[in-house]
Amino acid sequence: MFTGLMLNTWIAGSIVAVIAGMVGFFAVLRGQTFAAHAIPNGAFAGAAGASLLGINVLWGLAVFAVGGALGIGALGSERQGRKGRNDVVTALGLVLMLGLGALFISVSSEYAEETYALLFGEVFGISQNEVLPILLLGIVSVVAIGVAFRPLMLTSALPEVAEARGVSTRRADLYFLVVMALATSMTVPVVGALLMFSLMIGPAAAARSVTARPGTALAFSVAIALVTVWISIALSYRTNWPLGFFVGVAGAVFYLLGQGARALGVSRTRLAA
Amino acid sequence: MHYLFEPGLFASGPVRTALLVGAIVAVTSGVIGVFTVIRGQSFAGHSLADVATTGGSGAFLVGLNQFWGFLAAGIAAAALMEGIGVQRRRGRDVATGVVLGAALGAAALFLYLGTLHTSTTGASFTVLFGSIFVISPDTVPALIASGVIALVVVALLSRVLLLSSLSSDLARAKGVPVRIVGMVYLAALAVSVSLAAVAIGAVLSTALLIGPSATALRVAKSPGLAMAVSALTGVAATWIGIVLAYDSFYWPPLGHGWPVSFFVVALVLIGYLLTYVKRPRRLAPRSPHEGAECSPA
Repeated sequence: MFTGLMLNTWIAGSIVAVIAGMVGFFAVLRGQTFAAHAIPNGAFAGAAGASLLGINVLWGLAVFAVGGALGIGALGSERQGRKGRNDVVTALGLVLMLGLGALFISVSSEYAEETYALLFGEVFGISQNEVLPILLLGIVSVVAIGVAFRPLMLTSALPEVAEARGVSTRRADLYFLVVMALATSMTVPVVGALLMFSLMIGPAAAARSVTARPGTALAFSVAIALVTVWISIALSYRTNWPLGFFVGVAGAVFYLLGQGARALGVSRTRLAA
Repeated sequence: MHYLFEPGLFASGPVRTALLVGAIVAVTSGVIGVFTVIRGQSFAGHSLADVATTGGSGAFLVGLNQFWGFLAAGIAAAALMEGIGVQRRRGRDVATGVVLGAALGAAALFLYLGTLHTSTTGASFTVLFGSIFVISPDTVPALIASGVIALVVVALLSRVLLLSSLSSDLARAKGVPVRIVGMVYLAALAVSVSLAAVAIGAVLSTALLIGPSATALRVAKSPGLAMAVSALTGVAATWIGIVLAYDSFYWPPLGHGWPVSFFVVALVLIGYLLTYVKRPRRLAPRSPHEGAECSPA
């Protein structure tokens, strides 16, 4: 289980988990769950286009993810609070990219296997050459979040105060969406478009329901994401079932556990009070 | 004219079925979509479609018609989402996301098992992206019936639904059972999404649900007018999409048609973007409720 190609799988999976845990924490905090769903799915279309043109899939992923993020950011959040409008723009951006994806896949000849891998992930059989770009992009997105940690926190938690201090919520939104897009373009080949979303939301939501302190919640989120990925890789290796299935279920289980723990905590504090 | 309407287009059985089903789907999605946009439930609508994928792939695995799978999973998920019933929009989004993530995982498993047993790898493509030209005529009555039922339910509820969409507090004060109305509405939404999933694929059904209604709400003044505009826009996009897809058989690469879904999505989007060109943005005053949505969690 820990030899040769599988070692690459473990390394790549762990990097992906760290990124997803971090980015997902902010996605949940900022209420950008839908964008977290839309950007990986849209990126999948880019990958389909890249494989049609015969270039590296990472390029297609990056172009579509960043393009989608910029489009959603530009058309969407013109005024804070108009969440319904934001959702509409996100939904339309998503279907545009998916529509293009459907076109690319139908035009290219060898679709089924490739589509399946891009949507649901193909974590086994990652080569050494593929680990390096994943690692690089991962470092870039962690640094990008680290640099902007304070403005991101401020605009997420207290948008009015942020505006008063001259931190533009809108620019923070756009910045974060682009970081999410970068993170996405490296994770989609590993866990797949549909499940990248579960990996971002499940652990982060679970962490947030256990603790309200941002630093602790961030650490929890990364830790839960790591555990999710490790359990999933091991189970997927044993059963040969798709990795995405285990990631999705584990995410939901951790969320339910988190909610349960919070419910217990609340009733205990009520009893104490 | 012959370049646009290929000879024999309207004589072909699959095309007639496609036009009929397309119209029903577009009208249902268009009308219900108006409420979806007003209620700010675009994400829920999209999630129902994705969850329906799970049902579709499950149905494929056991050899049932996809539509029943879409429908069962969609309605179950609608009940679950409303059951969790998180009142704050942000919490609701997270709950929706978690349900969606788990369902997608199950979809991955079903599709994997499906390819394992039947060795038809095209299944995931059909479930996800639909193919309106291969709808069997046997299912058409069922499709029409479910579309009509969903429309009638929403029409009966429309006043109550509008009130509870705009102000749930006011509706509750007037004695409207807001939770039940919400749940019935989500079930109708699930039906319409399942219909759209059959026609243009589960992941793209959002285009028909959100696109025409968002366009209509930007141009129409009243909800009733918006529903009419939305339904008409949807039907137009679907029909033109079908005709173009039929024509595209002669476009490069030769002998391989482009998917209907692509044309429908592209047309819907063009319609939405046109509303930006036509009307300058109006600065609406922000209500205190909107600001409250953004307050710290």
